[in-house]
Amino acid sequence: MSHADTGQRDLRIDEFDAVPGQESASDRELTHGVRTYLIGLALAVLLTALSFWLPTTTLVWGPGIPVALIVFAIAQMGVHLVFFLHITTSPDNTNNVLALAFGVLIVLLVIGGSIWIMANMNYNMMPAGAPMQM
Amino acid sequence: MTTTDISATDPYWTGHHAQAAAGHGAGGPASKRIIVGYGFWIFLLSDIVMFSAFFAAYAVLRDATAGGPRGAELFNLRNVAIETACLLASSFTCGLASLSVQARRSGWFYAAMTLTFGLGATFILLEAREFADLVARGAGPTRSAFLSAFFTLVGCHGLHVTCGLLWLLTMMAQIFAKGFRADILRRFLCFSLFWHALDIIWVALFTVVYLMGVHA
Repeated sequence: MSHADTGQRDLRIDEFDAVPGQESASDRELTHGVRTYLIGLALAVLLTALSFWLPTTTLVWGPGIPVALIVFAIAQMGVHLVFFLHITTSPDNTNNVLALAFGVLIVLLVIGGSIWIMANMNYNMMPAGAPMQM
Repeated sequence: MTTTDISATDPYWTGHHAQAAAGHGAGGPASKRIIVGYGFWIFLLSDIVMFSAFFAAYAVLRDATAGGPRGAELFNLRNVAIETACLLASSFTCGLASLSVQARRSGWFYAAMTLTFGLGATFILLEAREFADLVARGAGPTRSAFLSAFFTLVGCHGLHVTCGLLWLLTMMAQIFAKGFRADILRRFLCFSLFWHALDIIWVALFTVVYLMGVHA
């Protein structure tokens, strides 16, 4: 079914709440949807497996492992956002993307700022030679 | 001609125009579905900001073990891997449930939702068992600042998943009782966003808490 000949009938399904390709799915759109979720699942499984494999291997330089883990985690979050939450670059999504950017900014400020300040404080408060206990 | 006549036929007022709307304010207001999704997305982001505070607390208190056990001695990565697999698979089946809703196929919908519930419940049971095991070994939340932060962060995520499971059952009941009605579809959209967002938080969680905890 093409959009041209169903355009009028689509409105009848839910005239106040219809979005093309969202509310009334044809078989072709459904196949496309399943494929999107399958691609997302495959990428997520791959990244998860890599993350769990990293700490057990000696192939990667030890101190580099936490950095690699964080990179994989951020990549997997991106995969989830695109393939599962459907955050895209389409005009309908502009507001969602802007809100996400603001959320990421706050998250980075909270986590990065806390770690930075507390590390600095621990460094300044530590008596010479003694590890800090809380 | 009264104003009601105009609003009944003008595509701007009936919302038909929303089909052609392409953001940037052109083509009339966005459809209700898009606005509801946006509002719930704002809530999810605020929830993620709340989690970031717990993550910050955990990162700061990671080494404050007060002479007690460290993460590397406590965590069982095999258990965590099974939990991760459950949650990832449940995210996928939740996606299948979304597609079934779009296609109005209730059989597939109930099957996918039941699977999602089973996987989510397995996740919660595994986590509860892990917590009980830690407490039994004397590594409860009162043992050290590290363990307080650990139980708060992981427990808060577990609480979200538990709420999500209750919401899942509610959505199944509502689709059963009221059918694929527009307002029910919007509620289901919010539920699916919530469930996928929980999986995103879990990705950060198993990386920062478990994998980096075991490695360091």
